[in-house]
Amino acid sequence: MKLFEYKAKEVMKKHGIPVPDGFVVSKPEEIRSLPGPVMVKAQVLIGGRGKAGGIKPADTLGDAKKVAASILGLNIRGYVTKQVLLERRLDVAKELYLSITIDRSRRSLIFMASASGGIDIESVPEDKILMMPVDPIIGYQPFVGRHVASFLKLESEQAKQVENICAKLHELVVEEDAELAEINPLVITKDGKVVAGDGKITIDSDALFRHKDYESLPEDLTPLEEKAKTLDIAFVQLDGNIGVIANGAGLTMATLDSINMFGGKAGVFLDLGGTDDPEKVKSAMLLMSEANPKVILLNIFGGITKCDTVAKGVLEAIEAKKIRIPIVARIKGVNEEAGRTLLKNAGMIPAYGLSEAAELASKESLKVI
Amino acid sequence: MAIIVDDKTKLVIQGITGYQGMYHSQAMREFGTQVVAGVRPGKAGEQVNGIPVFDSVRDAVDKTGANTSCVFVPAPGCRDATLEAIYAGIETVVIITEHLPVMDAIHIVSVARSRGVVVIGPNCPGIASPGKAKVGILPNMIFRKGNIGVVSKSGTLTYEIVNAISERKMGQSTCVGIGGDRVSGTNFIDVLERFQADKQTKKIVLVGEIGGTSEEEAAEYIKCNITKPVVAYIAGRTAPPGKRMGHAGAIIARGRGTAESKMKALEAAGVKVAKIPTDVPDLLG
Repeated sequence: MKLFEYKAKEVMKKHGIPVPDGFVVSKPEEIRSLPGPVMVKAQVLIGGRGKAGGIKPADTLGDAKKVAASILGLNIRGYVTKQVLLERRLDVAKELYLSITIDRSRRSLIFMASASGGIDIESVPEDKILMMPVDPIIGYQPFVGRHVASFLKLESEQAKQVENICAKLHELVVEEDAELAEINPLVITKDGKVVAGDGKITIDSDALFRHKDYESLPEDLTPLEEKAKTLDIAFVQLDGNIGVIANGAGLTMATLDSINMFGGKAGVFLDLGGTDDPEKVKSAMLLMSEANPKVILLNIFGGITKCDTVAKGVLEAIEAKKIRIPIVARIKGVNEEAGRTLLKNAGMIPAYGLSEAAELASKESLKVI
Repeated sequence: MAIIVDDKTKLVIQGITGYQGMYHSQAMREFGTQVVAGVRPGKAGEQVNGIPVFDSVRDAVDKTGANTSCVFVPAPGCRDATLEAIYAGIETVVIITEHLPVMDAIHIVSVARSRGVVVIGPNCPGIASPGKAKVGILPNMIFRKGNIGVVSKSGTLTYEIVNAISERKMGQSTCVGIGGDRVSGTNFIDVLERFQADKQTKKIVLVGEIGGTSEEEAAEYIKCNITKPVVAYIAGRTAPPGKRMGHAGAIIARGRGTAESKMKALEAAGVKVAKIPTDVPDLLG
């Protein structure tokens, strides 16, 4: 779960990382006074705000209200600005980059640091980036911060501040179950202070059970994504016209790949997780009908439930929603024949294997066009 | 032979009194696994499908000689349960539990590695050596004893491919589902190394998916260390970038983790790469 910049900075402040004075508003009239000259920053969960006109300076109260009014409601690459952060403007002497994230190969946390801050880290050459893993057995030790600071070639006053920020950032990630905490730029001001100019934090959504305070944060989800989330179904909108329902991420992706081999194109990726629970299959069918595909391809590899039980759930969903589009169904497992007969009698197109199902669904989808 | 689980496996099931634990304890026994104990704090003295339940893994190990654990404990208690098993001297822990916080996974894996304990998972279907033992939730009916070693990040896709192999009258030595989370106890390379050393395994199937770089790392390892033929399939060839495709780890982020990059790396290592999963048996033939 990505946090908005203002929230990320609140969390950083809580852990002792210096951030500029500021406050967040959703209406210009909520601005009553300024901490000095400010930057007005659109709060959206997407990069490239500056270029899109989502970050602007303001010197006076009247100015700030005007600028805030111009940014609120701004559509930045599909995300509508609902809040702006007003923050004391920093006198920037130098911009650094500092982050901590998960290193999948090393199975540990890893610091990334660069003296080239303020730009997308992806565009910084690799030899200008320090990668410093934190051995989970050793944990964070001050030498990690010293190593980071020395790579950044800082004056001793600033080095000390950066070392301190490294320790706090590590503490933040562990205590808040963040999978990413990024400060870009990490600003050295003209009077020698090191301050987080921007803040990005992603909280591990699997850890929300022990962070109840995060759960109420608003998320930018479409109504269908929202519904899928409450059903614990992975839902991805694509640009084809076949709605794919399968159980398990790998199998769902493989079904997409197979459709592609036969000239079809998936419009919806709907992964139930590795379950063949008939109730979940049914709710997935209901959800899929709302996404309006031209063809539905159901591919369930059963482990526990019997195929005919899963098939009955599918039929109930079709009845309830009066689904009239072609449905290709492949349900593999115990009582396969009984399941197939049920589906066939209800006018669906049963398939034996994954390839056959993909081929049939692709043919149907091309027919409709 | 076979790898990691076999006829010497003595299994304790943590979380045996839950729905999954109950169902799969029976299924594992039907597969031939020696299921010797279950653990559920506060339920010592009870039985599940005739399997004795203990309060702690320590008790289960003392009384039954269990050497392997299968963890069904829900995410909030999973780290505790797994570390308890490691502390009690269990040699192999298979974590079925999904949605484990990544910090907990890092913690568990680092402790396991420092103690020489094998952890498979989290969020995995488990491991099966046909004719010997199964630890996990893979369906019994798809397996056939043979000489193909299967290693996969996926669950149901693994079933699909194993089933396709069995239907062609080929069989498996061991099938390992390592899970699709970002941090896993066992990775492709750990399993490849074992398959190379295993006498029963003659050919290897690797099933990967978009996201991360573990397939590329596996390709590098295969090039240098594996002499047995390898066939691979990478799921997500048609997945759009920037979208999380079901698994936490299955995402093409900033141009990295694409199927193309993985397929290219594997092909360069001499691996035959299938375009769709049902092509895997053809490439094995």
